[in-house]
Amino acid sequence: MASTITTPDSIDDRVSTRSVGVRLLSRPEIGSLVGAAVILLFFVATAAPFRDIHNTGTILYGAALIGVMAVPVSLLMIGGEFDLSAGVAVTTAGLTAGIVAYQLSVNVWVGMVAALALALLIGAFNGWLLMRTGLPSFLVSLGTFFILQGLNIAVTRLTSGAVASNSISDMDGFGTAHAVFASQFKVGGITIKIIVVWWIVFVAIAAWILLRTKIGNWIFAVGGDAAAARAVGVPVKKVKIGLFMTVGFFAWFTGMQLLFVQNGVVQSGEGVGKEFLYIIAAVVGGCLLTGGYGSVVGGAVGALIFGMVQLGVVYAGWNPDWFKAFLGAMLLLATIVNLVVKNKAEAR
Amino acid sequence: MVRWQKKAVAAGAALVLVTALGACSSSGGKKEEEKSSGSTGNVANTPRMKVALITHSGPGDTFWDIVRRGAEAAAQKDNIELQYSSDPDGAAQANLVQTAIDSKVDGIAVTLNKPDAVIPNVKKAVAAGIPVTVLNGGLDTWKTSGAIGYFSQDERIAGQATGEKLKALGAKKVICVIHEQGNVSLEARCQGIKDKFGAVENLNVNGSDQPGTQATITSKLQQDKAADYVVALNAGIALTAVQAAKDAGSAAKIGSFDMSKAMAKAVKDGTVDFAVDQQPYLQGYLAVDAIWLNKTNGDTIGGGEATLTGPAFIDKTNIDAVEKYATAGTR
Repeated sequence: MASTITTPDSIDDRVSTRSVGVRLLSRPEIGSLVGAAVILLFFVATAAPFRDIHNTGTILYGAALIGVMAVPVSLLMIGGEFDLSAGVAVTTAGLTAGIVAYQLSVNVWVGMVAALALALLIGAFNGWLLMRTGLPSFLVSLGTFFILQGLNIAVTRLTSGAVASNSISDMDGFGTAHAVFASQFKVGGITIKIIVVWWIVFVAIAAWILLRTKIGNWIFAVGGDAAAARAVGVPVKKVKIGLFMTVGFFAWFTGMQLLFVQNGVVQSGEGVGKEFLYIIAAVVGGCLLTGGYGSVVGGAVGALIFGMVQLGVVYAGWNPDWFKAFLGAMLLLATIVNLVVKNKAEAR
Repeated sequence: MVRWQKKAVAAGAALVLVTALGACSSSGGKKEEEKSSGSTGNVANTPRMKVALITHSGPGDTFWDIVRRGAEAAAQKDNIELQYSSDPDGAAQANLVQTAIDSKVDGIAVTLNKPDAVIPNVKKAVAAGIPVTVLNGGLDTWKTSGAIGYFSQDERIAGQATGEKLKALGAKKVICVIHEQGNVSLEARCQGIKDKFGAVENLNVNGSDQPGTQATITSKLQQDKAADYVVALNAGIALTAVQAAKDAGSAAKIGSFDMSKAMAKAVKDGTVDFAVDQQPYLQGYLAVDAIWLNKTNGDTIGGGEATLTGPAFIDKTNIDAVEKYATAGTR
C-alpha cells in the first residue's frame, strides 16, 4: 500500500474503528447491490426462463457488453469528468482495425495495434484539450463525439465504398484474435463468453488500483477538488489525461469485441447512444455525477442491473411495446433503492 | 510532454512498426479483392439538372447506401447532379425538403415514412413547379402529396408473402424482430406475416447495437422454446440472429428482409433460409429516373399508380443469379 495520506498515530472519534457492518454499508456500491438483489428476486419470481441456470451466460454477456466500458467510465466519473465520445470511440476502434487490416492486406493484429494507437490518441486528445482549455469535459467530449461519428462514416465510405467495413474474417490472425476477444466455453452447462471473463478481470484490477494504490487516491482527489489536489502535489493533469486514455484503451477492447463477434464487419453508424448506457451503469452503481465518490464494483453492478432488466423483460415474455417503459421503471427502481440504502448507511 | 509519455509514444510507435514489418496477410484483404470496373456508358445530352434525394435514413446504414447508389447510377446516366441528404427526425427531414426548394432544384425524390411531417413541404415543392417522386415509404399517402410517382414495395403485402412462404416451409411459431421500435414500415411487415401465418410474436431490439441485439434474441429463444423461425427485418439483424440461435442452442431457422454482400453468402451456405428483397437500388434509380423522364418527355412511370419493387424472394434456388450484384453492393 502506497498512500500519500498518512494515518495519524492517535485515533480520535472521526477515525475510530467502525463495525464491519457499518463499514460495509457505507461503501458506494452497497445500494446498487441491494438494488440488483431486488431486481434479481423480481425476475426469478416472474420469469421462468430466468430461473434456468443455463441462461445465466446470456445475462452475464448482456451485462458485460455494457460492463467492460463501465469500468473506465466509472473511474473517469470518480475523477470528476465525463466522456460522451466513449460510445462512438468503440465503433471507431473496430472500424480502424478492420479498415487498416483490409486496405493494407496485413495481418489482423497489425490493424488492431493501429486501432489501439488511435484509441489511446483519442483519449489523450480529450484529456489534453480539457486541461488546455479548461472547458467542461461534457463539451470537449461532445465535440469529439460528433467528429468521430462523422469520421466513422466518411472514412469508411472513402476506403471501402460502402458504409460498413469490408469483412476481414478470411485474413491472417483472425482466428487468434477471435479466440481472444469473442470465443466462448462451457462451464457446467453454462456457455460463458470470454468477454465476461475479461470483464471480471478488468473490474478486479481497476478496483484494486482505485482502492489500494496511490493512483487510486489521486483519482478520488482530482474528482473531489482538483485545486486542493494540485495544492497537495497530485499531478492533476497527468491523472485526468490518464483517465481519458484508460477510456480509450477500453474503447479499443470493446471495439475489438464488436469487430470479432460480428465476423470481421462493423457498420459505421453503430455506437451512438451507448455512451449513456455506460454512464447509467456508473451512476446506478453509486458514482456521483459530480465526481469524487463512487466505485468500480458499483459500475459493474450497475451494468449487471441493466443486463438483468434488459433480458429479464424478454425472458418474462412481456409485450414488447412496453419494453423501454419497463426498462426505465426498473432502472429508476434500482436507483431509488440505491439512494435509500445509501442515505440509511450515512445516517448511522 | 513528460518523460513517461514520450517513452510510451516511442514504445507504441516502435510496436506498430515492428508488427507492420512482415505481417502481410496471406489471404483476404484488398489485394485479393477483384475490383470489377463499373461500365462508364454514355451520358444523356439533355441539359444538366439538379435533383435532391431526401430520405429518413440514420447515418451509416447499408440499406440506404444501396438506395443512394441506385439514385447515383440514374443521375450519372441522366446528366443529373444528385444532392443526397437524410435525417431520421420527421421535422428535420421536412426542413431538408424546404432547403431543396430554396436552392431551386429541378426535382425532389423523397421518402414519406413520416408523412404528417414531410407532406406539407412536399406540397409546397409541387406548388413551386418542382416534380416530386416518392420512394420506399408512403404507400397510403403519396397521392395526396401531389407526387408524380411512387417506388417501393408494399410492406404489408411483402409481409403477407413472407407469411405464405413460412407456411409453405412448415414453420410453427415465428419471432418477428423489429429493430426500430415504432417504425411503421417494420410494424407493417410483422403484421403482414401475422395476417397469413398467425403464430407471430414481435420482439423489439436496438438496431444500432448488434451485440446487445444478439443477447436479446438469444434470451427470447431461450424463453420461447416453441419458436422455430426468426424473421429479421434487415440483413445485419438476420446475421446476428443466426449467431443468437446458435448461442441459445435453438434449432430455429432464420428468414430475413433485404440483401447485402454478407446476406448473399449466408443464403448461399444455408445459414439464412431466405431473404425478401425490396430492391432498394431500383427504388433509388427509378425515383431519380422518373424525374428525368418527366422533365424531358412528360412521362410518368407507373402511370399514376404505385410501382412495386418487391417482394422478390431470394433463396438457395436463385442466389447464384443475385450474388454478384449483392457483392458489388447494388442488390
